[in-house]
Amino acid sequence: MTEKDPTATKAAEREEPQAAKAMELLFERSVPGRGCDLVPPPDVPAVDFGEELLRRRPPRLPELSEVDLSRHYSKLARHAHGVNDGPYPLGSCTMKYNPSVNERVAALPGFADLHPLQPLGSVQGALAVLHELETLLTQICGMDRATFQPAAGAQGEYTGLLLIRACLAARGQAGRTKVIVPDSAHGTNPASATMAGFAVVSVGSTAEGGVKLDELRAALGPDTAALMLTNPNTLGLFDPNIVEICRLVHDAGALCYYDGANLNAIMGRVRPGDMGFDCMHVNLHKTFSTPHGGGGPGSGPVLCKEFLAEFLPGPVVREQTAQDGSVRLGLATPAKSVGRVRSFYGNFLTCVRALTYLKRLGAEGVCEASAQAVLNANYLAKRLSAAFDLPFGQRCMHEFVMSLAPLKERTGVTAMDVAKRLLDFGIHPPTMYFPLIVHEALMVEPTETEDKKSLDHVADVLLDIAREAQEAGGRLHEAPFGCFVGRPDEVTAARHPLLRHEAPSSRPAKART
Amino acid sequence: MTGYVPVTRGERKEMLDYLGISSVDELFSSIPPEVPRVEPDLPRGVCELEALRDMTGLSKRNRRFDQVFRGAGAYRHYIPSIVDAVSSKESLVTTYTPYQAEISQGVLQSIFEYQTQVCELTGMDVSNASVYDGASAAAEALLMCVGRTRTSVVLSGTTDPQVVDVVRSYCASRGVRVEVVAPLADLSSDVEALRRALGADTAALYVQSPNYYGVIEDMDELVGLAHGAGAKMVMGFNPIALGILRSPGELGCDVAVGEGQPLGLPLGFGGPYLGIMAATGKLMRKLPGRIVGQTTDARGRRAFVLTLQAREQHIRREKASSNICSNEALCALRASAYLASLGPEGLARVAQGCAAHAHYLAERLAGLTGFTRVGERPFFHEFVTTSPLPPTELEGLLADRGILGGLPVRLPAGGEGLLWCCTELNAKGDIDALVRVLREVASR
Repeated sequence: MTEKDPTATKAAEREEPQAAKAMELLFERSVPGRGCDLVPPPDVPAVDFGEELLRRRPPRLPELSEVDLSRHYSKLARHAHGVNDGPYPLGSCTMKYNPSVNERVAALPGFADLHPLQPLGSVQGALAVLHELETLLTQICGMDRATFQPAAGAQGEYTGLLLIRACLAARGQAGRTKVIVPDSAHGTNPASATMAGFAVVSVGSTAEGGVKLDELRAALGPDTAALMLTNPNTLGLFDPNIVEICRLVHDAGALCYYDGANLNAIMGRVRPGDMGFDCMHVNLHKTFSTPHGGGGPGSGPVLCKEFLAEFLPGPVVREQTAQDGSVRLGLATPAKSVGRVRSFYGNFLTCVRALTYLKRLGAEGVCEASAQAVLNANYLAKRLSAAFDLPFGQRCMHEFVMSLAPLKERTGVTAMDVAKRLLDFGIHPPTMYFPLIVHEALMVEPTETEDKKSLDHVADVLLDIAREAQEAGGRLHEAPFGCFVGRPDEVTAARHPLLRHEAPSSRPAKART
Repeated sequence: MTGYVPVTRGERKEMLDYLGISSVDELFSSIPPEVPRVEPDLPRGVCELEALRDMTGLSKRNRRFDQVFRGAGAYRHYIPSIVDAVSSKESLVTTYTPYQAEISQGVLQSIFEYQTQVCELTGMDVSNASVYDGASAAAEALLMCVGRTRTSVVLSGTTDPQVVDVVRSYCASRGVRVEVVAPLADLSSDVEALRRALGADTAALYVQSPNYYGVIEDMDELVGLAHGAGAKMVMGFNPIALGILRSPGELGCDVAVGEGQPLGLPLGFGGPYLGIMAATGKLMRKLPGRIVGQTTDARGRRAFVLTLQAREQHIRREKASSNICSNEALCALRASAYLASLGPEGLARVAQGCAAHAHYLAERLAGLTGFTRVGERPFFHEFVTTSPLPPTELEGLLADRGILGGLPVRLPAGGEGLLWCCTELNAKGDIDALVRVLREVASR
């Protein structure tokens, strides 16, 4: 295997001889009196606010030159791993390549420098972005209407459930207070249901990770508001009973919510709306290639069928006909709106990126993306089956889950150990210990933007690590070996939280409760 | 060749052969036949140049104003060049949430630095790694104060109406009662009415200062009011104002939230923005969202990790303090680089620039007929005047001259006014030009 030379890895680089020396913080680089001279002093008299209103002590922000800043952040960037740095098969997160043209378009002054409260006549292009994206996404998903307010997938789930809640209340069925969530679901599903004011009912999964129909039937009742489901499920398998599941839910008088996290497997081929779902969110930062920025921004537009549209958060973009018959885009708040979930119109520049991406792909590209995502996952699954246990078989959609329980049994090496060892080879590990229903799970999602050579590299490295586990398993508990730091002490971090840099002299350990 | 799939036809054939199948379609055979196959009705894909042309065309159907005298929750400030440079470093842009600490020390450290700067700016003990925007930060802050016996919240009606709307949505679904107390005619909080509204079941009082109308509220009195009723004080702040004005920590607030957009984020037609959220040490374990902490690795080296995760949805599921997963990390990075590039003096200079320009504009408008300032309270960089013409008509006349003027707003005492804003970017000459135009259009 081709373990990187520690002196050449991004993380270890030339600091290795003095590895014990940590990276300096902004505050440790600060030199009193330094600065960047960025803005002029005001050219009109300063305001005297009086002692009462002024802060007693200026904030202790670092004082740095632009050279200091440039080098500081270049160094931080060297200690980060992005999609541009190497394979990123992080299951459920769809870490596909983020095209450069998206960034260029989002920076155009006609988008970036637009005040959200400008007169509507001066923002017709921006409204057209949202309108066009609504058309494309509803077409891909088999839905009718959309809101772009939700800033992330979890906020989308929350918003979708608010629509369902409002719809049921309007039907005089406010007594429907329970949301059914499979035990294999993402943690945001039950958390969003709670935030939306529902009680959560968990249902079990079949050996294939599908919804257990008998448990679903038993759980459904006059108090059921909705089922939340992602399909393909978190094991990367398409639920064979999906139409029946939606029918059962509808027959019980409840609605079906689709978690769009796994849309990349099916886009361009089948549509959640046609499976029977009433409402869903998509993650523009997963399926539609917008960068994840170390945790965000994301964007989680909610799409729904026509009968839910009157409950959407306002304002939404709608075509309006003027008195002279001309059509322009305007903003309207739906009749029975659930209210706002975010200021303005959501993460607009993220929507700009997603629209750029969809224009590049078009009908053919959307189909090709999902086809290749599924082919890549199946190829990688089969290659890895030589040494790893695939409890749900070799066939999958866009991702698959391996269980390292047998490996652990044989060698003592855990999913965590294997994941950490991958770090030495410039490969981001798969999602660890999820879904919760699989022991020692590693969830692998290569995405369509990896080529065969890259997939082979990931497979070769993982197979080598499996051999290494067999031969010298104990060693892997210490992995990684070539990284800047190794296995930070998370227990101490949580027990004695140190959540900010303490100025050496001035601040007592107040935050350290 | 469409999109970003790098695999060639030949490579695809090799992969299919390896799997022993003849077509990718076979991999989709698990999709039951009852689910209809629908070719999406989408336009044909285009090359990069065509996509760029198309999107540039859309951008040109928007009007970028040279002169912006409008804020109301979104502010045009100068964005230092280094901020754009920092936030375009690909490894920071294209990385996921830093679950794998060993290869994410750069991201984790940047969040730790951001948290420290937020604590310094707000005077609070702890900050999270960011939430979606100022409005959802306010909603999350109020929800984290709600307890078993204290199940309602009170907001001053001087709050940004969008923040009020988001708070109402978040609280309604949790069964938390929201009372919004109308402002006084001088656009400040009605202290006496707030006193009456606070009760034994009030979890928190929310006041924004400078408020929606730009007025600096009497926070000492309001904090005393909240604490006197046994409620928490949640303050909405403008981060630029904190360059010179008293911080929520100095004022004795329990939670401080703000829209971080002014800290180096473009206006962007409303997003992505940045929800800043900080609290006292006591409330640390109730904060929603990611938090980064400092620790050591096995060899004693300083290391940063995501911590206190027992609060979060991936561990606690339906019992989590919030459902938040993705946040606004890249926006927080921009804010951190912005604050670091300005330093304490630079930030004070920007804050003073905003205030000085706004006060100069207010003074010039006082000399014009029909632009009477509403109220006489101290203000930061926004203030309200009457309008001699219907406000939307005035808006149109100014727009014809390349100026985005004050925002038409409803006044608490009835009628409409204009909410004006200046930042360090509106220099004296620009303000004088605005005043000339206003004199001209108002006298017609």
